[in-house]
Amino acid sequence: MTKHPAQPPAAPGQFEPRIVAFFCNWCTYTAADLAGVSRLKYAPNVRVIRVMCSGRVDPQFVLEAFAKGADGVLLGGCHPGDCHYAEGNYKTLRRMRMLERMLKAMGVEDGRFRLEWISGAEGDKVRAVVNEMTARVRALGPLDLPGRFQEWDKEMEELEKRVGTADAPEVAHAR
Amino acid sequence: MPDKPKVAFYWCASCGGCEEAVVDLAEDILKVVEAVDIVLWPVAMDFKKADVEARPDKSIAVAFINGAIRTSEQEEWVRMLRRKAGLVVSFGACANSGGIPALANQFKKEQILKYVYEDCPGVDNPAKTRPQTETTDEGRTVTLPEFRSMVRSLDEVIEVDYYLPGCPPTPKLIMAAVGAILAGKLPPQGTVLSPDNALCEECKRKDSKPADLALTEFKRPHQIQIDPEKCMLAQGLVCMGPATRSGCEARCVEGNMPCTGCFGPSSRVKDQGAKFVSSVFSNIAPKEAPEIDKVLDGIPDPIGTFYRYGLSKCILRRKLN
Repeated sequence: MTKHPAQPPAAPGQFEPRIVAFFCNWCTYTAADLAGVSRLKYAPNVRVIRVMCSGRVDPQFVLEAFAKGADGVLLGGCHPGDCHYAEGNYKTLRRMRMLERMLKAMGVEDGRFRLEWISGAEGDKVRAVVNEMTARVRALGPLDLPGRFQEWDKEMEELEKRVGTADAPEVAHAR
Repeated sequence: MPDKPKVAFYWCASCGGCEEAVVDLAEDILKVVEAVDIVLWPVAMDFKKADVEARPDKSIAVAFINGAIRTSEQEEWVRMLRRKAGLVVSFGACANSGGIPALANQFKKEQILKYVYEDCPGVDNPAKTRPQTETTDEGRTVTLPEFRSMVRSLDEVIEVDYYLPGCPPTPKLIMAAVGAILAGKLPPQGTVLSPDNALCEECKRKDSKPADLALTEFKRPHQIQIDPEKCMLAQGLVCMGPATRSGCEARCVEGNMPCTGCFGPSSRVKDQGAKFVSSVFSNIAPKEAPEIDKVLDGIPDPIGTFYRYGLSKCILRRKLN
């Protein structure tokens, strides 16, 4: 087995991104398993969710992961032609090409979402992709959508307090 | 004789089309007027804010509120109506999900104000004057509402009991909703008062939709002669039917135009645009990224196309930078 240098430890106080990874049962999850049994060390920033096929991942899941606080979303499937369900990964590729355009249009930086084909034999690729992506997202900084949502809605708070009660005083501008 | 139930209509960031839809009830509006007392309807009747403010809390049976929420004044009005009304019905696409006004969530407040008061062709404003929330002139103080940083749906500001979808809701759905409210036969709170299926289910062209669309190109309606019988998607047109709630009886398709999604999604879908991408884009023909990209180039404005009436309800809520 090749010796790989361990992931360098993160500097204290450094931002640690949270990356949600959707891995397909037949290839990429198996590869992550292989990385584990091969004792390949990779950044502990990914939370892996096993799905039966990358084609099961609805673009809504990716948006939802960001909205719930993920700084990055990684999607792993079988190489083209190798899908256990024949066509699932092609569907993934088509959807995600469009999703990438939408994310860009919505101001989500390049690199926060990544689609990779990783076969069951490529434990090493899991390690490389996870490490690269962690470094990239760390450099981008927190996405922190839950925090931003709260920040956006703060502008309503003062008025809400003022008019929230039955004996609210008249607000000057809205007569 | 007991008092007739009191009804309020109010508008926020909207075009007036929802008011038009109420007028479109035609003779049926007489039945409504017979059954209820209208206590607020800015487009048609001369009630003031103070008149509504003077009513006891919960004394209005139902408030129909259309339009998205962009200013502090709209927030204040809807909060007041929430207090005064027993039921609040979010009326139309703008109130439900931001509608056309929510497309402004692709821009920052500063970008919008700068364009409108400085850069827009035809603007003559060398002093770069902008509206202020408070200005003093000759000893008098004049105030304006605050222009918020983003467009919100009604339910992002107050609790909403029911939703009437559409741009605007159809007279048939409006009458059904009014009837259900008057009869007290209401579904669970939070229900959208329209059938909970994809539009394709009630589309007359449903049978001409192939199982695999295998699209090689997207076209825009002005670029082709649209076949009046065949599924819009099968003709390469973006038809939002698969990700849009039914209830309009596919009127646009009947008029030979593709659905643009104004009814919003069904209850099983959270994000209409993302779901549309999920369902239709998996069915384009090419398998390699460069060819896929060529097909996608046929949609120059994905956000404006997939979230035309619902950017406030996109899971991301607005453009982030």
